[in-house]
Amino acid sequence: MPAYRNYVVVWVVLLLLTAVTVGVSFLSLGLWNAAVALGIASLKAVLVALYFMHLRHEVKLVLGFATFPLLILGLIIFGTLTDFLYR
Amino acid sequence: MKSEQPKHEGAPVSARLGIWAFLATELLLFGALFTVYAVYRTVYPDLFHQEHLKLNRLLGALNTILLLTSSLSMAVGIAAIRRGRQQVLKIALVLTLLLAAGFLGIKYLEWSEDFSHGLLPKSNLFFGLYFMMTGLHGLHVIFGMLVMAWLLVCANRGQFSADYNTPVEVTGLYWHFVDLVWIYLFPLLYLVG
Repeated sequence: MPAYRNYVVVWVVLLLLTAVTVGVSFLSLGLWNAAVALGIASLKAVLVALYFMHLRHEVKLVLGFATFPLLILGLIIFGTLTDFLYR
Repeated sequence: MKSEQPKHEGAPVSARLGIWAFLATELLLFGALFTVYAVYRTVYPDLFHQEHLKLNRLLGALNTILLLTSSLSMAVGIAAIRRGRQQVLKIALVLTLLLAAGFLGIKYLEWSEDFSHGLLPKSNLFFGLYFMMTGLHGLHVIFGMLVMAWLLVCANRGQFSADYNTPVEVTGLYWHFVDLVWIYLFPLLYLVG
């Protein structure tokens, strides 16, 4: 059962990453705390999207529908933040 | 059993496009809150740091584990029904429902504790955002549970098979999205504040 086994492996990696991110949060790294937490969260998100949500085997059209909104969200956050900081 | 999975097994492309288009609107719904978070976190870093320490990091981590595991059981359920295994699908759906209920139970404990310490949405900007974001996410969990309960009823009637399992797969995509939102909420609210 290769599919089940893949899912379990991904799940174990996700749990390990959760443990790492909780562990790192107890250290005082200044700005790096946020960077590490967001980096690990994004790594987990990519794993969930690729394996659990099957984007690894997805057709290009659906892949476009799945990733394009991220660009829009990035623009919204970037635009709002720069407006606030450099007003 | 084939060693390589066929490229597009499962739901038709139109169904997958539909749910991903819906998830795009969901992303922007949560995205508005994430934007507000990013702005206030930048403007009031000290407030966010001081207030986030009042959250229970371990309960948050436990809830992360519950949701990740519920995503696993959902994925296993879909893989099972693609092979026509109805019994495994039913067990997977029940497990997913139980894990989701556990998540809400812990959320309830956390909120009651916050309330008993006088931490309310109106307390400050951080807790306003915390209750709004986890509340909206919790509503999504409840909605997902309702849909899964309906799936379980259909599965009990034997409506799903290796040839037809689109509702299961589409619900799975929604459920993994709810998991994705939590993957970001947990570090942003509990870990780095």
